[in-house]
Amino acid sequence: MVSAEVATKKPLSPWSDVWRRLKRNRLAVVGLVIISVFLIVGSAETVANIAGVNLAPYEPNAVNYKLSPLGYGSSPSWSHPFGTDYLGRDIFSRALVATRISLLVGIIAMAIALGIGLVLGPVSGYYGGVVDAVIMRLADIFFSFPYILFVLLLVFVLGPGFVSVFIAIGLLNWATYARLVRGSVLSVKTMEYVEAARAQGASDLRIIFRHVLPNTMAPVYVAAAMGIGGAIVTEAGLSFLGLGIQAPDASWGKMIADYQSYFLTGRWWMLTFPSLLLVITVFGFISLGNGLRDATDPKLKE
Amino acid sequence: MADRLLEVKDLSTHFFTYAGVVRAVNGVSFTLDHGETLGIVGESGSGKTVTALSIMRLVADPPGKIVAGSIALKGRDLLALKEDEMRAVRGNDMAMIFQDPMTSLNPVLRIGTQIAEAIQLHQGKSKKEAWRLAADLLDQVGIADAQKRVRQYPFELSGGMRQRVMIAMAISCNPDILIADEPTTALDVTIQAQIIDVMREMQTQYHSGVILITHDLGVVAKVADKVMVMYGGRTVEYGPVDEVYYNPHHPYTWGLLGSLPRLDLSDKTRLTPIDGQPPNLLTMSAGCPFAGRCPYELPACRDTWPQLEIVGLEHGCHCLLPSSERVSDRDKLPRFTVGVA
Repeated sequence: MVSAEVATKKPLSPWSDVWRRLKRNRLAVVGLVIISVFLIVGSAETVANIAGVNLAPYEPNAVNYKLSPLGYGSSPSWSHPFGTDYLGRDIFSRALVATRISLLVGIIAMAIALGIGLVLGPVSGYYGGVVDAVIMRLADIFFSFPYILFVLLLVFVLGPGFVSVFIAIGLLNWATYARLVRGSVLSVKTMEYVEAARAQGASDLRIIFRHVLPNTMAPVYVAAAMGIGGAIVTEAGLSFLGLGIQAPDASWGKMIADYQSYFLTGRWWMLTFPSLLLVITVFGFISLGNGLRDATDPKLKE
Repeated sequence: MADRLLEVKDLSTHFFTYAGVVRAVNGVSFTLDHGETLGIVGESGSGKTVTALSIMRLVADPPGKIVAGSIALKGRDLLALKEDEMRAVRGNDMAMIFQDPMTSLNPVLRIGTQIAEAIQLHQGKSKKEAWRLAADLLDQVGIADAQKRVRQYPFELSGGMRQRVMIAMAISCNPDILIADEPTTALDVTIQAQIIDVMREMQTQYHSGVILITHDLGVVAKVADKVMVMYGGRTVEYGPVDEVYYNPHHPYTWGLLGSLPRLDLSDKTRLTPIDGQPPNLLTMSAGCPFAGRCPYELPACRDTWPQLEIVGLEHGCHCLLPSSERVSDRDKLPRFTVGVA
């Protein structure tokens, strides 16, 4: 009999190791905190929105000309911490609502990209041959389009708006994840435990998604964390160009687009606050992604 | 007449590579019954593993292909089965234990998940029931604290324990045939003995037929009933262990037995190697693969593969050397006083 080793601890999962190393990375923790705050705000907003309650101090789309006497808004004050815009709308309230939209676009777009990429990538790598060639050439095609032009085209075809934005971003990013996973699948599929699973009578699909895919996910988490940041920026870009979120709804990008012309006339607050929120969020996702990469890199294990 | 548990006839598996055709297994035949253990021995590249993989139909295609022969499991022709029918056989009727326990368990899945998988797949048990059985199996293969271990990940287990887990996985559906591909090669010697004992216990309990692939003639002597000696993709000698060990007929078997270290000789005695290199499987002739290295080579050896010659009770050998000469030559060998290693 094997002697009873100390098995009293709660079973470790491979994630506890990653978490332990992630905790030591200050930048990553900052990123995680930032993301958590925004996610909490965003989800609270989403729930409130569905329930038809307004969490913001003011109605985000309420126009009030008294607060914008000359059509230039009014500067930050205690009652309007981010100031008001050219229509007298409270910028803090708008930014709060925009948090939900920007994060939702980022997360849903990423979910679509991962959904496609994590099916096509492993299938491509596992089967190889013709299947691989077809899927990878398709990925090449998606890679070869000028990114922003293609997004513009897609949004144009689908019609501007919230839904088109995340569909377009999602459709354009799947190839990155498909390629990423395919590469790891090529090496993982030759591992003995895959052969062992086959010897147990597991089907191809089971082997691909149960045995191979989970072993290729580490780089995907990293890329996905950074990719959400990227998707939020892309949404901002689209809204800036007028193809994203449509008035009177607000996203950070839409606000930046609306308020940029007021910046040079000294109405700095309109542009500054949504821009800051955007920058901080993207910074959060990127630091978390960086931290995850270091924490999941076996070569850096101490 | 009742069907044998497993009957392999003239099995040939070739790999069609860019460099040419590799005849990894060439006309191999054997049978296996319930409760019986067949040892397959031979050096690296002799086709032992490919034989096992062929039986499970796990040879990667392309480049590999079973080009000839038949494999019958309880009278059922495995080579005629469709892939999904074969899948129902794997893990259920036949299971395999792999060589390296460090790499044959999936690092991201819990031990219980991996054992339960086959049980859920083949026996349609619920996840909860399968996990309970998984813990029972761990207990059976001698893992202490099975309830806790079943929830752990492979990296938390030692090599010996992982190999026990592999055995538990293999016996989880009570297979008729257990194929163990060098199950002890990656383990240290004390653990090897334990693992072999566990395998024997499981065999007695489940009455399965075992195919044990190994380099280790000592292990074969200890556990096997029959032994098949392979060289260059061919069976050179096949028979009951005692027969083959005490009365070996093929010069390769002599060389193999003669090259073992022995306790009854002085520790200053040099080991007797088999001269020369294993054949290049790409450029093999139609004759005996051992021809180039065989000290008793006859002119015809290079291009004639001899018929099976019955040299004893269920004991066969493929060699052109006349049987009488063979025995007298063997007994003249200085190191070769016949005995079990």
